[in-house]
Amino acid sequence: MKTKSNIIDKEGFSRIITRISHEILEQNKGSNNLVLIGMRTRGEFIAKRIKEKIKEIDGVDLPFGVLDVTLYRDDFRTRMKQPEVSVSDITFDINEKDIILIDDVLYTGRTVRSALNALMDLGRPRSIQLCILIDRGHRELPIRADYVGKNVPTSLNEEIKVKMEEFDGEDAIYLVEAEKK
Amino acid sequence: MKILLKDAAVNSPAQNFKEDHIDILIENGIITEIGKLNEKDIEHVKKFELNGKLVVPGFFDMHVHLREPGREDKETVVSGCNCAASGGFTGIACMPNTDPAIDSAEVISFIKKQAANHLVEVYPVAAATLGRKGEVLSPMAELFEAGAVGFSDDGSAIKTASILKRAMEYSKMYDLPIIEHCEDDSLAGGAMNESINSTILGLPPIPSLAEDLIVMRDILVAEYTGAKIHIAHISTKKSVEMVREAKVKGIRVTAEVTPHHFTLTDDAVKTYDTNVKMNPPLRTKEDVDAIIKGLKDGTLDCIASDHAPHTIEEKEVEFEYAPNGIIGLETQIGLALTELYHKKILTIEQLIEKLSVNPRKILNIPVPQIKKAESANLTILDLNIVWTVDKFNSFSKSINTPFDKKLLTGKSVGVINKQQMFFDGKFQNI
Amino acid sequence: MPLSSRHLLGLQGVPREDIQLILDTALTFREVLERPIKKVPTLQGKTVVNLFYENSTRTRISFELAEKRLSADSINFSVSTSSVSKGETLKDTIKNIEAMKVDMVVVRHAAAGTPLFLTKVCDSNIINAGDGIHEHPTQALLDMYSIREKLGRLDGLKVCIVGDIAHSRVALSNIYGLKTMGAKVSLCGPSTMIPRFIEDLGVDVITNIDEAIHENDVLNILRIQLERKAREYFPSIREYSKYFGITRDRLEKSGKDIVILHPGPINRGVEISSDVADGQQQIILNQVTNGVAVRMAVLYLLGTLN
Repeated sequence: MKTKSNIIDKEGFSRIITRISHEILEQNKGSNNLVLIGMRTRGEFIAKRIKEKIKEIDGVDLPFGVLDVTLYRDDFRTRMKQPEVSVSDITFDINEKDIILIDDVLYTGRTVRSALNALMDLGRPRSIQLCILIDRGHRELPIRADYVGKNVPTSLNEEIKVKMEEFDGEDAIYLVEAEKK
Repeated sequence: MKILLKDAAVNSPAQNFKEDHIDILIENGIITEIGKLNEKDIEHVKKFELNGKLVVPGFFDMHVHLREPGREDKETVVSGCNCAASGGFTGIACMPNTDPAIDSAEVISFIKKQAANHLVEVYPVAAATLGRKGEVLSPMAELFEAGAVGFSDDGSAIKTASILKRAMEYSKMYDLPIIEHCEDDSLAGGAMNESINSTILGLPPIPSLAEDLIVMRDILVAEYTGAKIHIAHISTKKSVEMVREAKVKGIRVTAEVTPHHFTLTDDAVKTYDTNVKMNPPLRTKEDVDAIIKGLKDGTLDCIASDHAPHTIEEKEVEFEYAPNGIIGLETQIGLALTELYHKKILTIEQLIEKLSVNPRKILNIPVPQIKKAESANLTILDLNIVWTVDKFNSFSKSINTPFDKKLLTGKSVGVINKQQMFFDGKFQNI
Repeated sequence: MPLSSRHLLGLQGVPREDIQLILDTALTFREVLERPIKKVPTLQGKTVVNLFYENSTRTRISFELAEKRLSADSINFSVSTSSVSKGETLKDTIKNIEAMKVDMVVVRHAAAGTPLFLTKVCDSNIINAGDGIHEHPTQALLDMYSIREKLGRLDGLKVCIVGDIAHSRVALSNIYGLKTMGAKVSLCGPSTMIPRFIEDLGVDVITNIDEAIHENDVLNILRIQLERKAREYFPSIREYSKYFGITRDRLEKSGKDIVILHPGPINRGVEISSDVADGQQQIILNQVTNGVAVRMAVLYLLGTLN
């Protein structure tokens, strides 16, 4: 898998987190009624960083949860491999809350669709706002993000690889040549 | 008609007669010449080149279920006899658990009539008690007169010691054996031998104790009455030991074993294939070794198939619900030759005794002689032919055998009896 | 890595990785059972038939809930009201069901080997819900899940199965599963109820219940069948409960905080006293809840195999 370029480096990563955290607080006129939900796997770590940043800025420790959407996927019959399930961890009530749903890359929009279904089964939030690091285009469903780190137009034989310190040992985002399926 | 069996090897242990490369001339079913013959001297003769194949006194299977009357869907007298001929037998004894049971002279006549024109001779074994219910003795004298060669409640043991004693005392008048399926009623009803396998497979067990208890009972009653007892389809180490000890004491006990009981162990049940479900069940390696030892030292007198046909739908069910039994007439000789002769456990003479001589002696039937002026009653064996069992290529109406696709060495290629010959898969008058 | 077989017929010979996968997957479904909407769309469009030849309301309901909560279509085939009472063979029944295009069959039958027989005559995934006195894999899996939930592990634990081992499919599946996962298994009960040769499976046999309690971390108490034929194996209920029944006094005497399991339904006062059945050390109702999660995991792992 050939790396084509380094889109975001460590400093760029940190600046994006700071900017997005400010945007979230600006749009919602503060942190009142907000909850952060990160999508497994890297969305969880991004959400944690945003949570830390908001605490730094606003002094508030927002409720934080992790969502696993495997059971809501729409591609069981077509995938070659059986997807591994993991556990969701949302211990608070989401009714009437404004959820900031956080993931690393927005592509076709299907994962977000699964997440919306999963969240609806957990309750009735007042709103769901989508926050993502990279929007790479090629939507197949009418889904759009409210907060975007960076827009990176890609072609179908390219991929965005997000690496995070907690998981991959470094903070960086790369544009790579896609693996042959 | 005249037929000439050319270049045969002949072996008749009862006559102490054994010779290679000789010819046998049979005219209208009687042996007229044995020796090195020049066929140019014989007119209008049909020649069969045997090329060293072994000719022996016709084999006899003393434990066959013909299913007629009552279950002609599984087998009939004629289809059973066809299997016997194809398997290499010129005579069979058939068991009385038909419907109605063989407990009247009429049923015996019926069966004999069905077999009247067949190459294979059928000798019915009659029920020891009426309906095989174990309550009242069957009319043994009348049955003997009609042609019964022994008495049995096969399918079950004779119910009580008191009935057994009376059956033995009565049959002693006619010197007929009581043939017993040895199984204690209260321990019966399981689906396989009690062993680690019955636990692992979750199948209700039949302990070897069930057989041993009745063998012990029957030997004691035979000793007490002085009558003849024949243990059918013996299967356990302990039973073999008891028969051995009883013979030493001079008790008139004989025993038969089936080919599956010297070939398979209860490990075969792991597949839950109902074609390995029979009664008595397959036992452990220890039991099989004891049986082989019993065959070698003469404790076990003969081999018999317990040919038990069942329909496909009866066998294609859950293991516990399937009826017991497998067909065996057409695989018996192959298994005996492969497992006993070729493995050098028995000599060919011993095998002939167990398949031809002893079964008849036990039933007081004359043993055929290969001699001038005697009626030709012969089995022709190819000892070395390698062949594969094909359950669909069989004369039986049923296909319930565990030996399908098994490779065997040796089989019968023909039989001659009652002025008929079965050879090359076809019957012909001679 | 998916399961190594497309059926679940038993736990004999099932690799550790498979059992681990089922237990770990069950965690996800256990969480689903805590939500207000206990449903996920995962098996939508799949049809599962519950082919129960033996009455078993609890196991059947547990499977049915598991199927419905995965959004599968669940059909119950009850023998008494079906073609079987008209004499239809098992082979014909399953082929007819298969012709109606079902995906999975959960089967419970009195004759051992039936699930294996079904795999040979039809193409659906087969899940054994109990066959004769052979195996009951989902019960053993939920037992193991419950033990792990309470004690955090299975490796190195000492588990004793108590009761009528000889007539229990729960016992055999537990023996295979627990041993594969590294637990040490022993059996305790009257000798008439312990199968001959069972030690060949690598288990110890104890006939003294106090010793069993003293030596083990977990007790899995089997139901004593009170039907007539089963009663031949022990003299009386009084004798059984006196010498093998688990009571508060017995547990206190041992001083151990041993974990108590029971597959249910319990005979209060026979194999287990009321105060133990309702007490602190038992996890019997957890077993029931976990049973649905474990069955959802099995259905998910087999139902989404390509």
